[in-house]
Amino acid sequence: MATSDRIRKLITDNEIVVFMKGIPAAPKCGFSTGVVKVLDAIGRPYLGVDVLDDPFLREGIKEFSDWPTLPQVYIKGEFVGGSDIVREMYANGELQALFAGA
Amino acid sequence: MAMDAEAIRTRILAGLPDAEVLMIDLAGDGDHWAARVTSSAFAGKSRIQQHKLVYEAIGSAMGAELHALALQTFTPET
Repeated sequence: MATSDRIRKLITDNEIVVFMKGIPAAPKCGFSTGVVKVLDAIGRPYLGVDVLDDPFLREGIKEFSDWPTLPQVYIKGEFVGGSDIVREMYANGELQALFAGA
Repeated sequence: MAMDAEAIRTRILAGLPDAEVLMIDLAGDGDHWAARVTSSAFAGKSRIQQHKLVYEAIGSAMGAELHALALQTFTPET
């Protein structure tokens, strides 16, 4: 499967996906750690994808999202942003609002 | 390879000439930066689009030499 198809499948099959360095239990970058903390606080299941495990994914996700850095968060199939945006959205309640009524 | 604050600021200003750029050295090691960028170019754009404008200004160094840049974007108060 092409990398873009793999990414599309991951973000379609899972409500929340974070493409990150390391795994949620052991992030390997401060920015990934920050995103995992926010997602843990949200309290919904999410899939953490370790891009360090897969060089195709590591480059492919940057191209797919047209976004140069990691981590990257997808919610309900939509690119939401990197760690700054996700933390900002959590701080002002926008992130929680995405799941209101669900 | 790290980028220093002035190099980062210069690139941001090349792409967003009216920007006010405040650089903060997060770890004190000259390699982990936070930037607060204020520009009228952000008006009416989503946060993702605003961050993309800054990333585009920084160019190919973003995600390479420049590994860590925490970003906050603002539009000027009118």
